[in-house]
This record gives sequence, C-alpha cells and structure tokens, in this order.
Amino acid sequence: MAVQKLPLAKALNESLRKALDTDPKVLIMGEDVGKLGGVFRVTDGLQKDFGEDRVIDTPLAESGIVGTAIGLALRGYRPVVEIQFDGFVFPAYDQIVTQLAKMHARALGKIKMPVVIRIPYGGGIGAVEHHSESPEALFAHVPGLKVISPSNSSDAYWMLQQAIQSDDPVIFFEPKRRYWDKSDVDVEAIPGPLHKARVAQVGSDITLAAYGPMVKVCVEAAAAAAEEGKSVEVLDLRSMSPIDFDTIQTSVEKTGRLIVVHEAPVFYGSGAEIAARITERCFYHLEAPVLRVGGYHAPYPPARLEEEYLPGLDRVLDAVDRSLAY
Amino acid sequence: MTVESTAARKPRRSTKRVSAAKKPQSSEPQLVQLLTPEGERVEHPEYEIDLTPDELRGLYRDMVLTRRFDAEATALQRQGELGLWASLLGQEAAQIGSGRALRDDDYVFPTYREHGVAWCRGVDPTNLLGMFRGVNHGGWDPTTNNFHLYTIVIGSQTLHATGYAMGVAKDGADSAVIAYFGDGASSQGDVAESFTFSAVYNAPVVFFCQNNQWAISEPTERQTRVPLYQRAQGFGFPGVRVDGNDVLACLAVTRSALERARRGEGPTLIEAFTYRMGAHTTSDDPTKYRHDDERVAWEAKDPILRLRTYLQNEGHADEAYFTALDEESDQLAKRVREAVRAMPDPDHMAIFDNVYADGHALVDEERAQFAAYQASFAEEGN
Repeated sequence: MAVQKLPLAKALNESLRKALDTDPKVLIMGEDVGKLGGVFRVTDGLQKDFGEDRVIDTPLAESGIVGTAIGLALRGYRPVVEIQFDGFVFPAYDQIVTQLAKMHARALGKIKMPVVIRIPYGGGIGAVEHHSESPEALFAHVPGLKVISPSNSSDAYWMLQQAIQSDDPVIFFEPKRRYWDKSDVDVEAIPGPLHKARVAQVGSDITLAAYGPMVKVCVEAAAAAAEEGKSVEVLDLRSMSPIDFDTIQTSVEKTGRLIVVHEAPVFYGSGAEIAARITERCFYHLEAPVLRVGGYHAPYPPARLEEEYLPGLDRVLDAVDRSLAY
Repeated sequence: MTVESTAARKPRRSTKRVSAAKKPQSSEPQLVQLLTPEGERVEHPEYEIDLTPDELRGLYRDMVLTRRFDAEATALQRQGELGLWASLLGQEAAQIGSGRALRDDDYVFPTYREHGVAWCRGVDPTNLLGMFRGVNHGGWDPTTNNFHLYTIVIGSQTLHATGYAMGVAKDGADSAVIAYFGDGASSQGDVAESFTFSAVYNAPVVFFCQNNQWAISEPTERQTRVPLYQRAQGFGFPGVRVDGNDVLACLAVTRSALERARRGEGPTLIEAFTYRMGAHTTSDDPTKYRHDDERVAWEAKDPILRLRTYLQNEGHADEAYFTALDEESDQLAKRVREAVRAMPDPDHMAIFDNVYADGHALVDEERAQFAAYQASFAEEGN
C-alpha cells in the first residue's frame, strides 16, 4: 500500500532504509546507531539488514564523527550522521562550520560535500540539560550549509531522502517531541521541492509561520482562533536555509499580518530574520509589526519549567490578539 | 653551517639509542637516523634504504627547489605580493622524504606548510600561492594530484584523512592516506579523535607530525609532557620518531608505515623531529620568543647540507651538477615571481560562486542584487 500511517520516527527509519537500499554509497554513522538502533530507534534494524560496514557505530566523539564523515565524502561516500541530541552537536560545530560548510567553495566547486547531519532537537519531552535545545539559527547563519526540519511523517520520509541526494551539506533537524506522532506517508508520491514552504492551514486574517515542532502548535492555535471567528493561515516553512520568502510574502500580502513561532530563543533567532525580510518585502501590506513568539534569552530551563518556556497555544493566541489589535 | 657546534660531539649512530626517559623532551631524542648531520651514512636495524645515485640526487634536487620556492615566496610577501607566507625552511627533509614515499594513488591531507609535499605530488607551486595572495581559499582540485586543500584550522584535516582512509578500506583498495600536522596540533582534540577512530577502524592512515619545536611562540614543552611519538602507544598503534632533517630516514620510515597501512595493519604515528628555521609565518617575530643559539645549533643539522656532503663525498654529484641545479632554482623562482605578479584578482561575482553545489535562493537573490549594484556604476559611467 502506497499510503501508510507512520510515526515520524518510523518514517525516518523507512527513509533511511530506502536510501541505503538505493545507493550503496550511503552510510549511516553515529553513536549507538547500530545494535541499539539509536536512542530514539530511528535507525532500528538497519545495521542488522545492511551490516556494520554501512551502519557504523562510532566512538563517542562528535567532532570525530563529522570530521571522518567529511573524509568519507571526499572518498565518494554519502554519510548520514546522527548527532544524538541538539546540545551535543557543539563538539562537532568546528568541523561543520570551518570545514564541511566551506569545502566546496574552497575547492572552487571541484569537490562536493554530500553529508547529512541528523539532529533530534527541541524540548517538550522532560529531558535533562543539553537534550532540548533548538540551535538551528547557529547553522542557518553559516553560508554553505542548508538547514531543514520536517514537521510530519511525510516530510520526514521525503525530505530526508532529498537531503541525502543533495550534493550540499544538510543539517536535518528532527522535532523529537513529534517522533511518536502518526500521519500519512505516501511512499510513491512525487515530493515537492525540498526548500519550498507548505501552507498547512489556509486562512485570511493573519499568517503564522513555523517549522518543525511548532507547526502542530500553530495549527491547533488556528483551530482555537477559528472558534472565535478569526481566520489564521499557518505556514510550515520546512527549510530554514534557504527560507522560502516568496510563500511567506504571498501569504502576508493576503493577510497583512505575520507572527513567527519557534522554540529557539527569539533574540537573533530565525524569527528576526523573517521579520526583517518580510518588512522589506511587504512594508505596504503590513497592518501590524511582525511579531515573534519563542524561547527566552536564558538557558533552556529544567524540565519542570519547560512548559513555561516553550511557546504553547496560549502564547501564540495572545500574539494573534496583539497583532489583530493594531 | 657552523662546524663548532657539532665537532665536539661524535656522530651518533642511531643503533645506539640515547635514553629519552630522563626528562619529557630530551634534547637528544631517540630517533631513526640514516644520514648524520655530518653527511655520514649510518644503518638502522629496522629501516633500510638503498637508493641509486640518481634517486639520491632526485631527493637533493627536490629539497633545493622547494627551499628556493619557499625563499621566493617569503620575498614576495616582503614585497607586498603575498599577504602572508608560512615558510617551511628547515623542514625540507621531513616533507620530501615523506612525500617521495607516497604512491600516486595515495591521498595527502596537508596543513598549510606542506609546500614540499605538494611539490612531490606534482602540484604546481604557483597554485599554492593563491590563498596567500588572497585570490582564493585553496583553489586547486584536490583529486587531480590526490593532494587535499591546505587546512588552516589546526588538526582538522587529521579527521578528514581518517575518514578518507576508512573509505579506502571500504573500497578494498590498497592505497594509503597520510595526514600532516604539527606539534601544536597534537594538543587539539581532533588529533586525539583521529587517533581513536583510525585505531578502532584500523584505517590505512599515516599520521606525520612535523615536530618543528614551536607552535608560533609556544614550545613543544607547552604541548606535551611525553615525546609525541609515544602517544600512539596509548591508542594502540606504533609510533616512531625519526630525524626530521634526514631525508633518507624520513623516506624509509614513511615508506614502512605506508606499507604497513596497505597490508591492512592500521595507522602509524611518525614524529619527524625537526626545526622551523624561520618564523611561524611572516607575521611573527621569532626573536621575541627564542634564542639565536638554538637556531645556530639546528643550522648544523641542515637537511640539505648533509645530503650535499654525502653526495660529494660519495662522488655522486660534481660541481657542474650543483651549478646546474642553482640555475634551475633561479628559473623556478623567476617563474613563481612572474606567475604571482600576473595572478589576476578574481571577478567580483566570484563571491557568490560555489557557496552551494545545488544552489540556494538567498545566494541567488544577493548575487542579483550585487550584480545590479555593480552595473549601476557602469551606467553612471564610472
């Protein structure tokens, strides 16, 4: 059957299976990705079926994982690297930023860097420190990297394969609190362009732009607002680098209002970039300043406080009210 | 060369190893040597080498031309033609010896100072100057000569070499990979991680550390409390210290390590004990951090002079040979000088080239904006 209802994590697993099956140069690398199948079981069963040579358990060293993946890419492989949690990517940040992102440009285009770095990110699962962060802006700011995040199982399935097929390095942020959410995956569909935003909910009064874990919150907010007679459009951006500003512009020209929602701290976050660009593009269409809803300029809090920190339905709806009040 | 500094010391045969255990960084390191500073050929029980006069002259020529190229680049920096230069003066034997041990299908991951290794790989020396002149950040195709781009962030390339070697093993190929780095880089986590990965995966990689005694102004003692080659033992593979100013020993030791890698026996760490005669780069001033007597002592171990002495003593090269080589050196320097001065600035639009392989909407947008901005000057007739 072409359409299956799958949890997001299982869709990723199927996607990796397909990629390993299709291209012998694809490799999976990371801590605990083999026998354990990853701490979220995203790579479950892959080593059993494809062998230790294709699904590689690595030493516990993130810089080493990314650095050796670069070398393997130079040798013609297409490594898909798993970083176990968002907050653990920083030992590899140097390799990603100073090496991976720049290799293609430094070689004047003569070599390519088809490396995918999968990072489970974001909060909402009651985890300890370093297990709930949203560092996407730190990567989107770096020329040479592409940064994407699926919000549902279908995108998880297709975007990961598209990322693996890309000759550019892709940072693939997986919304870990959506791993267990089920939705339809059509494994025979023809996927749309990787970096194109999706209209998740059609509306006419105001636009909410989100990605990854916040799309679901925004769709729920739109439903709640509808009960009060407000028509909210929700965009699932899907890609943070590049950002599909055309789709945002089209929506804002229709609604005249924009709120960007993400889990990451608002300060210097992707919402700032979107607000600035959309203000440039849509200045005469805007009925209100672009608002942002996100995390605070504070370390991600202990689990008992994360519901206060994370944008929830109420904070999004409050922003909707503020925008509509202009 | 000052003879006084070495005359009091009997040429030491490396078979009589001097214990380095007394203090962390012995000034008399335990090292493999096949050619003494006085140009005397000695044997080593583990490392044999038998070269024809032609091959010996070839190594000499490589070192002389590399030194001449390096001197010319330093001069070009002083004349304002290059923004910076990282000189290899003093390290010619380490680089030519190891570089000439390589096969064409081997792959090299250099730092930013491996001009001699690049020479051995057949990379046109003028290609190395683009990044120092500021016209690109590397600019050559690494796959043409299996010589990767220079890497400036210290030690990063040791992981690339390890990953590449893991790929070689996966491919079932019998080529090997060599990663160059310095004593300063040995302090970096990436180097330790590359040791771990290469050992765990039994990767066919040779780590070639040129311990030139100084990491900018920090001495080796600031990097390590044990001789660097001994670190390999803790990772589970052999380490060997070689006289880095002895081109024959560097060749023999590297060849042996590469063959070991090819046989599927995993990595080796080679510590080439050498000396950076000049500055770290043209930006620093060694007189601020080290004494002249140290440099004078190392001048007595000059890698080129000792091979020249050997060639002369054995009758392998006459004055005509040396004169001809001097002429060839001058021609090389002239060619490099002219090539650098003729090197065009890149086109303005090159800023946006090759940022991404598959394109990126923002880069496309900014490229178009920049092009329009540039075009506005033309319209104004400027």
